[in-house]
Amino acid sequence: MQLTVNGKAVEADVAPETPLLWVLRDTLGMTGTKFGCGMAQCGACTVHVDGAPTRSCVMPVSAVAGKQITTIEGLSAGGEHPLQKAWVAEAVPQCGYCQSGQIMTAAALLKNTPKPSRKQIVDAMSGNICRCGTYNQIVAAVQRAASAKA
Amino acid sequence: MMKKTITPTQQLKLSRRQFLVGSGSFAIGVAFGAPLFTAAGKAVAQGAGLAPNQWVTIALDGTITILSPASEMGQGTLTAMPLCVAEDLDADWSRVKVVQAGHNPKQLGNKLFGGIMATGASRTTRGYYEVLRIAGAQARQVILISTAEKWGVPVAELSTEKSMVMHKGSGRSISYGEVAAFAKVPDPLPQITPAMLKPAGQFRLIGKDVPRIDLPDKTRGAAKYGIDMRLDGMLYGAVLRAPVQKDAPANIDDSGAKAVKGYVKTVPLPYGVGIIAENTWAARQAKDALKVAWAGKAPAMNYSSDAVANDYAKAAADLDLSKIGVEVEGHGSAPKNIKAAARVLKADFVTEHMAHMCLEPMNATARFSGDKLEIWAPTQSPSIATFACAAVLKMQPGDISVNTTLLGGGFGRRVDADFVIDAALLAKAADGKPVKVTWTREDDVRNDKYRPLVAQHLEVGLDAKNNIVGWHHRLAGESIYARANPGAFKAAGGRDAPFHEGAEVVYDIHDITIEYARQERGIDVGFWRAVGGGYTKHAVETMIDEVAAQAKTDPVEYRLKMLSRQPRAQAVIREAARMADWKKPRPAGHALGVAYSDMWETHIAEIVEVSLDRKTGQIMVHNVWAAVDTGVAVLPRNVATQVEGAIVYGISGALKEQVIFKDGVPQQSNFHDYQVLRMNEVPEIKVKVLVTNNPPGGVGECGLPPVAPAIANAVAKLTGKRLRHLPFNQERVKAALAA
Repeated sequence: MQLTVNGKAVEADVAPETPLLWVLRDTLGMTGTKFGCGMAQCGACTVHVDGAPTRSCVMPVSAVAGKQITTIEGLSAGGEHPLQKAWVAEAVPQCGYCQSGQIMTAAALLKNTPKPSRKQIVDAMSGNICRCGTYNQIVAAVQRAASAKA
Repeated sequence: MMKKTITPTQQLKLSRRQFLVGSGSFAIGVAFGAPLFTAAGKAVAQGAGLAPNQWVTIALDGTITILSPASEMGQGTLTAMPLCVAEDLDADWSRVKVVQAGHNPKQLGNKLFGGIMATGASRTTRGYYEVLRIAGAQARQVILISTAEKWGVPVAELSTEKSMVMHKGSGRSISYGEVAAFAKVPDPLPQITPAMLKPAGQFRLIGKDVPRIDLPDKTRGAAKYGIDMRLDGMLYGAVLRAPVQKDAPANIDDSGAKAVKGYVKTVPLPYGVGIIAENTWAARQAKDALKVAWAGKAPAMNYSSDAVANDYAKAAADLDLSKIGVEVEGHGSAPKNIKAAARVLKADFVTEHMAHMCLEPMNATARFSGDKLEIWAPTQSPSIATFACAAVLKMQPGDISVNTTLLGGGFGRRVDADFVIDAALLAKAADGKPVKVTWTREDDVRNDKYRPLVAQHLEVGLDAKNNIVGWHHRLAGESIYARANPGAFKAAGGRDAPFHEGAEVVYDIHDITIEYARQERGIDVGFWRAVGGGYTKHAVETMIDEVAAQAKTDPVEYRLKMLSRQPRAQAVIREAARMADWKKPRPAGHALGVAYSDMWETHIAEIVEVSLDRKTGQIMVHNVWAAVDTGVAVLPRNVATQVEGAIVYGISGALKEQVIFKDGVPQQSNFHDYQVLRMNEVPEIKVKVLVTNNPPGGVGECGLPPVAPAIANAVAKLTGKRLRHLPFNQERVKAALAA
């Protein structure tokens, strides 16, 4: 199967119903996208498909053939996305496991809503679980990134 | 003096699993799971530099490698512990390379865990702070002695700063890396006593909010957790466990599994059925296709939460002398005084089972090379993992090496080694190929080592002036240590330290009796963040509020009065009250509640502001103010976020989380039916870290115990009703309001 991941064409010999998450992680070795629940409940597996935040754990790989897939590894060249910088500045991560998904969700939000209100941030981000409880730091980091973009 | 291994021939060679963390001007390296590094000294044996002791190595280029002994599960230990070495070494932090230690308890164990390597119970900083500072000071002394000898000056005339040695008299200076080229490690090593350590006023790193070294990688998807392990030729495993724990497979039909593309092998296990496949998804599909008949002979076959809670509540409230169980603490004559008291306040508490829900599901990778077993696991204890695998596989611990990876959450779950044993057993059947076993979320929820289901009974006798004349607290539930640490359980005469921790009363009360009535139903219970403190403080701190109300005293004032000999307690309570503006009237329908904890040698007071939807029973937490005195705070900002995280975890647990058993089977399975706090439910949280010069206390758990009682106290203020059954979900709040 032909896929386009982070701008590169890749080939994956997998069953068509395999979730995109496991193709990324096992077949392509891109482990930045995380497995948390397998049923689109926690958001750890969030990637962009044609720019839209997508739960890769429930997305059959056959459904994304020919589409642009962006993972955390492809969000920026060297961790220089305003959100990634803001995440460090606000010292957001604790265990860090959810943060790839958090950042991908936030990146999609800022793309469509460059100046989100607190409520817009919370509405967009409440599908992403952080078990360490970094939610308030995430809000601060999204706000910081949004103001840095101005 | 004897010269140890110092061969300036090549750069310190790190394993291929090393990765660099660049953060602005810092270039701090982190190396994980480097099995060759049983100690920093051994690293030097293969490369170049100076290894003054097991913790630190100084390379000729000035790179300073420091071992980090604890598991990094989000608490910041990978920065905080090496920082303690660097402080007294006067190291240039920007040239420090942190290496996650391999399993080497003899040299690197935590004295608070009897010398094993384990991370939990808020014991890392408490156990290592002085040890690591002494190691740093000792390394510095080695450098000074060598430099003094070389220059022919007294050691006393030398000073150090940022990896440089200076001699003021001659204006000479030299870098640690240069010293490493000629330095000799004296035998015996210079002895450093705590009195010789750097005074706090001269700290350059401790308390200065040095950025955590693990953050940049965690924003790029580059941080490697256990679940991210990839080895050449690696296979993937899944394990099907019985619906009721401790049951065993009686008949296995794997014909469906064999039909799955990528299926490799079925591995019958004593407690379930393993599948080995070519990728995670195939392993899962094959596991789901298994048809297994279970023996139906587990001790917990009839275990149902409602009935068990009733039984435990009866056991807790049964004051018959024959049913006491063990006395945990006793002084004075509480039961006698309570019988003669003018008034007795009584309360019964229940806490349901809870799951940890580490966001990284349980997993481990293992590989056999001949009769040697190598493991990579997100474990809180490579020692426990080693001993557990040795016992199950009948191996010598010396033939097992465990590499600790990053942990995607721990919260006490990863102290246990069940998921590591999975990987070891499947690897044993994999002909020398490595196998990574990954649990599903459903596996994780249904096979957790749950927080115990606990019943508590608390009686307090008051005299005519509402002075406490007796405090009698009884706890009933399945033991944690009887399963997880039977040696300690037996040695303590059947007391179960983690189970009833936090029940000790710090208030000025003379007559106290605390008892533990162990219940045995065959359910595995374990360490859930704050362990006993998550429910004992619910009982203690709500009862203190009840006594204050009885005495018509403000609950903050009452606590201050009853902690008259505890200045640190008073300081955090006063500060939290100031932060919350405690006396200020709140909007209609809002109320404040307060609670205090001194667990893990850290003092913390929390005040919460809540409101309540009486129709739905939904409690809303709007604000939390916390003041914490953890003594020396190595990374103060990190202390604040750890406390905040524990508060979020605590609110989640207090309002939502429960695993309900029916006939031995957990009824919850994933985040849809085991809900945890999300961003739209998180209050504003303000944490103030009061830095004092006391020895560092525990940080990772201290924020949690006050949460549930503070919420219950606020709801009592709002409604007059006491919430005594955790979690305070809508159903129970409605029931309490109707009562």
